[in-house]
Amino acid sequence: MSDLLLPPELRYADIIEKRKNEDGSELSILNLGPTHPATHGIFQNILLMDGERIVEGEGTVGYIHRAFEKIAENRPFYQITPLTDRMNYCSSPINNMGWWMTLEKALNIEVPKRAQYLRVIVMELARIADHIICNSVLGVDTGALTGFLYVFQYREKIYEIYEEICGARLTTNMGRIGGFERDWSPLAFEKLNTLLEEFPPIWQEFENLLARNRIFMDRTIDVGPISAEKAISYGFTGPNLRAAGVDYDVRVMQPYSSYEDFEFDIPVGKSGDTYDRFCVRNAEVWESLKIIKQALAKLPEGPYHADVPDYYLPPKDEVYHNMEALIYHFKIVMGEVPVPVTEVYHPVEGGNGELGFYLVTNGSRTAYRLHFRRPCFIYYQAFNEMVKGQMLSDAIATLSSLNVIAGELDA
Amino acid sequence: MALETATIQRSLHDHFESAVSDFQQIHDILTFEVDADQITKVMTFLRDDATLRFNFLTTLCGMHFPDADPSRQFSVVYHMHNWVDNVRIRIKCFLPAENPTIDTVSNIFLSANWQERETYDFFGIIFKGHPQLKRILNMDEMVSFPMRKEFPLEDGGRTDKDDRFFGRTTDNR
Amino acid sequence: MSDSKIITNAPAPEGFQGEGFFAGKLSDVVGMARANSLWPLPFATSCCGIEFMATMASHYDVARFGSERMSFSPRQADMLLVMGTIAKKMAPILRQVYEQMAEPRWVISVGACACSGGIFDTYSVLQGIDKIIPVDVYVPGCPPRPEQILDGIMRLQDLVRSESVRRRSSPEYTELLASYNIK
Repeated sequence: MSDLLLPPELRYADIIEKRKNEDGSELSILNLGPTHPATHGIFQNILLMDGERIVEGEGTVGYIHRAFEKIAENRPFYQITPLTDRMNYCSSPINNMGWWMTLEKALNIEVPKRAQYLRVIVMELARIADHIICNSVLGVDTGALTGFLYVFQYREKIYEIYEEICGARLTTNMGRIGGFERDWSPLAFEKLNTLLEEFPPIWQEFENLLARNRIFMDRTIDVGPISAEKAISYGFTGPNLRAAGVDYDVRVMQPYSSYEDFEFDIPVGKSGDTYDRFCVRNAEVWESLKIIKQALAKLPEGPYHADVPDYYLPPKDEVYHNMEALIYHFKIVMGEVPVPVTEVYHPVEGGNGELGFYLVTNGSRTAYRLHFRRPCFIYYQAFNEMVKGQMLSDAIATLSSLNVIAGELDA
Repeated sequence: MALETATIQRSLHDHFESAVSDFQQIHDILTFEVDADQITKVMTFLRDDATLRFNFLTTLCGMHFPDADPSRQFSVVYHMHNWVDNVRIRIKCFLPAENPTIDTVSNIFLSANWQERETYDFFGIIFKGHPQLKRILNMDEMVSFPMRKEFPLEDGGRTDKDDRFFGRTTDNR
Repeated sequence: MSDSKIITNAPAPEGFQGEGFFAGKLSDVVGMARANSLWPLPFATSCCGIEFMATMASHYDVARFGSERMSFSPRQADMLLVMGTIAKKMAPILRQVYEQMAEPRWVISVGACACSGGIFDTYSVLQGIDKIIPVDVYVPGCPPRPEQILDGIMRLQDLVRSESVRRRSSPEYTELLASYNIK
């Protein structure tokens, strides 16, 4: 059907000419985006409307295409972490750790237990931060501004913890091959413990504000539903799929970084509508808090990075005195590290679903091909089908609840 | 009962004989090659067969090998996942440099729709039967396929950066 | 509660005052009014947008600088905050949004990507928004901390306060717009 290759405006203009309603009214075209207050990030949707109801729609993405996969072919491995940060920038530690784990799989490096537990803690913090944004902004888009202001304060507290660990707030560039660049300071653990005490009552308050709120429920129940079979076919993963009733979670299916040592539940919804997505994300925050508590309680002593001098920079004071350290430092920075010729696919459970890294190496200092399996890109295809026949304001609520992050959508 | 790689390999050989080949276990994923014209049949079989049950297409991407044999310069790589037995496989289809075409799998898995558009956008691989094969991430007016190895990363026309300071020559090689 | 003292007496502009009257320059008063009520258009494309959300939220609170109402319509906004990477696909839209803004309008480019393309020196990213629209304040950072964004807004407030009321019709400004092909 070459018709579908035309830009949607022209195609819809054609449909409008041919179809007239019984009462004499016509369909109309509405351009939603790319700059729109309710689209979190820039992507466009051209909608064919029958009054307030959506008949059909088509999305255009690529407004923030930054060619990550091409950049990754031109940078040594440790310089790709800043790129991964900027994919799902609301939960960048998860992306970072996923990349390091992919590399460790390719290089056959075993990470010590302490580093694995610390990674779990920071990934769950990132998941909490991501769900804070998604749910509070869903509140904002349906008109409830208060929740956003209160819970965003706790995002600031999470940023303070990130700053203690790695120095940056949002785009963390955290970790190294084999672990972390430095052990976590006592202040980081203190801030973490304070967060674990202060945050649960606030999150409970936020839930109470919206979860049984008559207005919110009316705006989100049966809005943008998707069935489980359709969702699997469309490649949904993460909270959006779990809201449709399928309990697929990469942390349980293919545990990485010692997730099998922790006990947590996977919250699942029923009908895949906006309300279910909201509730699943709420419940996941509680599960993440549980995991962090367990990890802190069982945190083993030990090294915070693997003993791989070929890939992990030696301490700077040794570099000036020790010949081997000097040589390793030079080789790592220049990129002359031994890299096997292999291909590896490693998924992690990102804030939006299965974030996969498909790395193909050819022995050189840069990747030959690095493909990011970006969950947002894959499930956003289903958006137009989810909002068919619904009102425009429902489309806005659906879009908000899907948590489409433009950085991950376009990469 | 877990799904063994030997079972997958035997089952595929029984049904498709020489269209599937080169089975390797790379890290934890069984990787094999499928002839480009058989991909829809193989994928439908993998999804619908009662023992194999690969119900999820994880990802689909393209690759470019400019130094390989001209009949194998492009490839499309599919990752599939069986959620019941927790098994992943990787399928590779090699395509020639001249006019790389392959059948679409977007009627088998709806998630392939945009992923194939992205592969077309980046490599120029044509997916026969795709309902809407047009560019998705790059600008519609673009004529070249940027992820091919010969295409440079940087924009050749930019005026504010001096390539000598970036260790590059002025034509970005 | 913190120990910092909140200053509620902003300094008055230069002028001559007496019983029940204050005489000053029109440009000072207009500048003061404009500087303290800059309504932003948050043109947030990527990560810097999340730092702007943190700036808007209660901890850093950009509303106390006069930016109480985020205007998403360019016709009702005073300053355009471009936050995040602008790809070449997005550039015409940014240009359209800028052209729709009514004078006086100011542009702050927040983040390394908006200032110069940032770490994305690629074929698809516009290497700086000053290639298509004139920029008043550049805020570097990747992403800049909310304090830096607020500092950028305060620098813009200094610019706005001291701007001449005739600037928008001056030949230099017309020449600036003409160099960008903006009518």
